[in-house]
Amino acid sequence: MSGDPTVDEGLEETGTARAGQAYRAGPAAIEVSHLTKVFGGRTAVSDVSFSVASGEVFGFLGPNGAGKTTTVRTLGTLIAPSSGSAIVAGIPLNAKNGPAIRSRISIMPESPGLYLRLTVLENLECFAGLYELDDVRGRIGRALRAVNLEDRARDLCGSLSKGLRQRVALARALLSDPAVLFLDEPTSGLDPVATREVHDLLASLPERGVTIFLTTHRLEEAERLCQRVAILNTTLRLIGRPDELRQQLFSRSVDVRLRAPLDDPQAVLGAVPEVEGWEQTPSGYTLTVSDPDLAAPALARALAAANADILSLAESHHSLQDVYLELIDEDVEARSR
Amino acid sequence: MSFSWTRVGAILLKELRDYRRNRFVIGTMAMVPVLFIILPMIQLFAANATGKDLSVHVGLSLLYMLVIPVMMPSVVSAYSVVGEREQGTLEPVLITPIRREEFLIGKALAAFVPTLVVAYAVFGIFLGAAGLFANPVIASAIYAGTHVLVQLVFTPLLAGWAIWVGIAVSARSTDVRAAQQLSVLGGVPPLVILALMSLNVIIVSTALALGLAAALLAVDLLAWRVVAAMFDRERLVTGRPR
Repeated sequence: MSGDPTVDEGLEETGTARAGQAYRAGPAAIEVSHLTKVFGGRTAVSDVSFSVASGEVFGFLGPNGAGKTTTVRTLGTLIAPSSGSAIVAGIPLNAKNGPAIRSRISIMPESPGLYLRLTVLENLECFAGLYELDDVRGRIGRALRAVNLEDRARDLCGSLSKGLRQRVALARALLSDPAVLFLDEPTSGLDPVATREVHDLLASLPERGVTIFLTTHRLEEAERLCQRVAILNTTLRLIGRPDELRQQLFSRSVDVRLRAPLDDPQAVLGAVPEVEGWEQTPSGYTLTVSDPDLAAPALARALAAANADILSLAESHHSLQDVYLELIDEDVEARSR
Repeated sequence: MSFSWTRVGAILLKELRDYRRNRFVIGTMAMVPVLFIILPMIQLFAANATGKDLSVHVGLSLLYMLVIPVMMPSVVSAYSVVGEREQGTLEPVLITPIRREEFLIGKALAAFVPTLVVAYAVFGIFLGAAGLFANPVIASAIYAGTHVLVQLVFTPLLAGWAIWVGIAVSARSTDVRAAQQLSVLGGVPPLVILALMSLNVIIVSTALALGLAAALLAVDLLAWRVVAAMFDRERLVTGRPR
């Protein structure tokens, strides 16, 4: 335990299964404590602390310029933190440990960064050499199979589409069997089928003990793949499971659609004990409730008693995108004041 | 983790594979030797075998060939870091376990090996042509003295200097063309001394040639340490010093 409540949260996390993945919190694969990075006079990342358990898929979200890439580069030993500390793949982050950390992690940057005059195979051979891997042909074969590119091994990377290059970059990131895999927008530029294949691949990696640190703007991707997400906007704004974040930011509510508005909504809706408040919407009413499971049947009875024609009655669903936009809007407002 | 020749080899092999399909590099490697074998040949065959300036003509024609190990690696090594940065291929390499020394040696060897092959090949062709077709007096003037020794010893040393200057400039540049121009200029200073030797301004004995070679070797080693110290991952990735 670090003594830092934010850090410890990740270590104690028991987690719930998301997207069909069972996830048990193991020892921390990444532990970040009060990390700050200042470039000149500009603070890119300020006092960020979090922990990622071994085998976890962790989403790292934030607007452009929020410090996501700076954090990944810092954890990848490409840049030095201004202050704070971190442990990556079980190794303390410092200049001396750079090569050891880099041998246990892999980073797939947003831009694939392939040698376009080299074939797919030659690109992967180069990186196999840089990681000093054994069984190079076997590993390359497995990595290419994982991204469905076996038949393109002899193609020049310059002749591949953006989506295929992205898949080669993913194969390159998998080549060394990293303990921690940092992915920056891994499905950027991919078509829906390729995106689904990459999602399936990423979903299977934690079973092999790989910890995934996923930086993305695609919030549905984070919601689908990640056990926990962090929202960064220079400082860490929020961290937790997506459903926890929704509960933290949004009160629970029920949406009711009726064929016609109620004559006296306060008399009908206000009489239900579980309803804490309500507002009219173009298609009906949104009610803030203490417990949707208790409120929904009580509301149905009250509306039926009032002779209202109910078209639908369901708990409101807030997506991760709603959470994200709520937070970022708060930041924008705070900065404009 | 200790220094790894496997990682050096990976960079070297990648570079050589890349050169093979890079028209600019192929063009540079072909054009520079062609240019710098034609000029000394003209110098050689235009020389008057009985003239008192014979040694100057011979020195000048050999000097042309020493431009090859300066110009060729300057252009290639100037591309080595900034070129990768422009293509977006530098960051994926820097996030592997490679050490800066391994990266730099790999890059340097990738410029050094082809330069040495081309420069010695051109010198061999020149010597052969002189032996076969030049006036015997001129040919013996070429083979005599320290000319051959100077060519053989100074070719790799000049290439080493040009490579480290090129990589140093490349590591600090943001534009490939500017890096290439600067690195060609930076490679020139040792050539000035060799020009003075070739034109008999400095009378060269074997001992002096070897002494100057040892000095240039020391400068090359020092330049390698300076370049390694200048190689800052953070600066290369973010464009800002640490």
